[in-house]
Amino acid sequence: MSVVLSLRGISKNFGAVAALSEVDLDVAAGEVVAVVGDNGAGKSTLVKVLAGVHRADSGTIAFEGAPVTIGSPAGAHALGIATVFQDLALCENLNVVENLFLGRELRRSRLDEVTMELRSWELLRQLSAKIPTVRVPVASLSGGQRQTVAIARSLLGDPKVIVLDEPTAALGVAQTAEVLALIERLRDRGLGVIMISHNMADVRAVADRVAVLRLGRNNGVFAASAVSEQDIIAAIVGAVPVPEDHRGSDDDT
Amino acid sequence: MTTRESEAAAPLDLLDERLRHGGGWRAVARAGWERLRAGDVGPLPIVAGLVVIWTVFQLLNPAFLSSANLVNLLMESVAVGVIALGVVCVLLVGQIDLSVGSVSGLSAALTAVTFVNSGWPLPLALAAAIGAGAAIGWLYAQLVTRLGVPSFVATLAGLLSFLGLQLYLLGSTGAINLPYDSGPVHFAQLAFVPEWLSYLLVVAAALALFGAGHGLARTRRAAGLSARSTPLLVARSAAVLVGGVLAVRYLNQGRGVGWMVVAFVALVLVLNYALTRTAWGRSVFAVGGNAEAARRAGINVRRVYTSAFVLCSSLAALGGVLAASRLAAANQASGAGDVNLNAIAAAVIGGTSLFGGRGSAFSALLGILVIQSISSGLTLLDLDSSFRFIVTGLVLALAVALDSAARRSRAAHGRA
Ligand SMILES: Nc1ncnc2c1ncn2[C@@H]1O[C@H](COP(=O)(O)OP(=O)(O)O)[C@@H](O)[C@H]1O
Ligand SMILES: [Mg+2]
Repeated sequence: MSVVLSLRGISKNFGAVAALSEVDLDVAAGEVVAVVGDNGAGKSTLVKVLAGVHRADSGTIAFEGAPVTIGSPAGAHALGIATVFQDLALCENLNVVENLFLGRELRRSRLDEVTMELRSWELLRQLSAKIPTVRVPVASLSGGQRQTVAIARSLLGDPKVIVLDEPTAALGVAQTAEVLALIERLRDRGLGVIMISHNMADVRAVADRVAVLRLGRNNGVFAASAVSEQDIIAAIVGAVPVPEDHRGSDDDT
Repeated sequence: MTTRESEAAAPLDLLDERLRHGGGWRAVARAGWERLRAGDVGPLPIVAGLVVIWTVFQLLNPAFLSSANLVNLLMESVAVGVIALGVVCVLLVGQIDLSVGSVSGLSAALTAVTFVNSGWPLPLALAAAIGAGAAIGWLYAQLVTRLGVPSFVATLAGLLSFLGLQLYLLGSTGAINLPYDSGPVHFAQLAFVPEWLSYLLVVAAALALFGAGHGLARTRRAAGLSARSTPLLVARSAAVLVGGVLAVRYLNQGRGVGWMVVAFVALVLVLNYALTRTAWGRSVFAVGGNAEAARRAGINVRRVYTSAFVLCSSLAALGGVLAASRLAAANQASGAGDVNLNAIAAAVIGGTSLFGGRGSAFSALLGILVIQSISSGLTLLDLDSSFRFIVTGLVLALAVALDSAARRSRAAHGRA
């Protein structure tokens, strides 16, 4: 698998708060990397650095092997990094089509509503989205439907990497399953997926690798298939991660 | 026709089983009713309000609905209507401009000083006045977007400063008359559309409306999407045609339709196009609905704010020029008194939300008709401006209350 996006030594301070210090992260095409961590660990800040909302204070970002700077949301998008924010960042007063194409309208001086609506349906069908009509304000959609709209929007520009911040946090059981299935479909299409999550079950369901952030620093990267939930939780709360094969002897003492 | 439609496969956008089908009259009526119940009231309350106002004043004074009075009412509406059009733009991005009255007064004074006192050619004088308006809007945008000054404070400061500048420009006499034979005064007082042409304009408007609707319906059908049925489009255009012809015929019993009124309507249509059919318009609604979401969608939010403020102040300046032309003078009262609040009230009464992200260019047109009807009706009853202020204030309060109630209802029905 080829690494599409690679972060090295990313730091970001808000005044006296070091939200991120020297964070490294890699994601390959067709891979789901889960980023986990406690509240305030810096997960959302990392997302915003990738999305071009915040600029990193130091560190380097390489996209498909070439060093890049992500200066703005439009810049991130132009590179091929799409982001679904935790708060979704949808305009509730606009309808589904208007939200999907916001900032990327077709034929800017005489909007091509028909093509935009067709492309919207195409996209929503690909995601097996259950949205009855695209001409209603987003305010009238359910949480899962809004999440789907936000994910569909991020896919519009054919991105190589998609970053999802807590995509299931606000969802019920069925909607969570839907979104997780969606994430697997994105991986199968060859996208690199970075999924921020709080939820161990979700992480274990879809992630290939798990990167732990603690107090703004890397605290271990694990292969999802080889790590236990306890180990991840230990890394999140700060206990020193203990390799699997040493544990038996530790328990004996 | 209907049988053939029902035999064909359902349109791509109506496949979901939860949708209740039908593109005919009943579906349209039902959708409209459900929107109403959810607090998406559209122009209905305002049209109803206009009918009530007109009925009441007609009962109180039969001269109210005379063609002479209606011709006059329309002509008097234009200047403040143009200002209200600008207010719509700032309200849509979720900001406000409280200084439109002062800016219009300053622009009136500037036009008079350059055109009359200094003898500048008319285009140059107009460009100076409207350019000054644009510069003022740009200044507000800088204060709001770069320094984070709330727009009501920035523009309140502007209100006083530009009123002062207006008084300074007008000098000790406090008034400058525009010559009666000059272009602007002629345009604002005497330029009426020839009768035949006024009918032609109505027909052209109805045809254009049908053509646009039909063209859209055809491309939508070709793409496999649902579309408005042709009879519905015909009915809509026919309604515009009949209503327009009746209105024009009645007005032509008086002096007819002023060119200034035609220009105002044209301006409304242009702004409506820009707001609903261009990416700029989309970004205006997006910024008004959720500025942070718009920013993350890659929209240059600062530029959108700037465009709204510049447009608002420029239109306020244009309104000031029109008001001065109508009066054939710029004086210390230009843009003073109730101009400011009338323009803002017109936009809100017409259905543009004070909370941003909702509204349309047509609200300036509808709103100013309400305001001007009240003003004209009270004048006919020999009630002075004190009553006018009171009634307009009450109507504004009512409109804002309606706006807030509709917003709460939309939130409750999930249509915010
Ligand atoms: N815009 C901001 N300004 C100041 N501090 C911030 C800002 N955004 C995040 N922080 C701080 O950075 C730290 C990490 O926050 P965040 O990335 O939101 O954590 P997480 O998403 O992992 O819960 C927190 O201490 C938070 O208070
Ligand atoms: Mg977070």
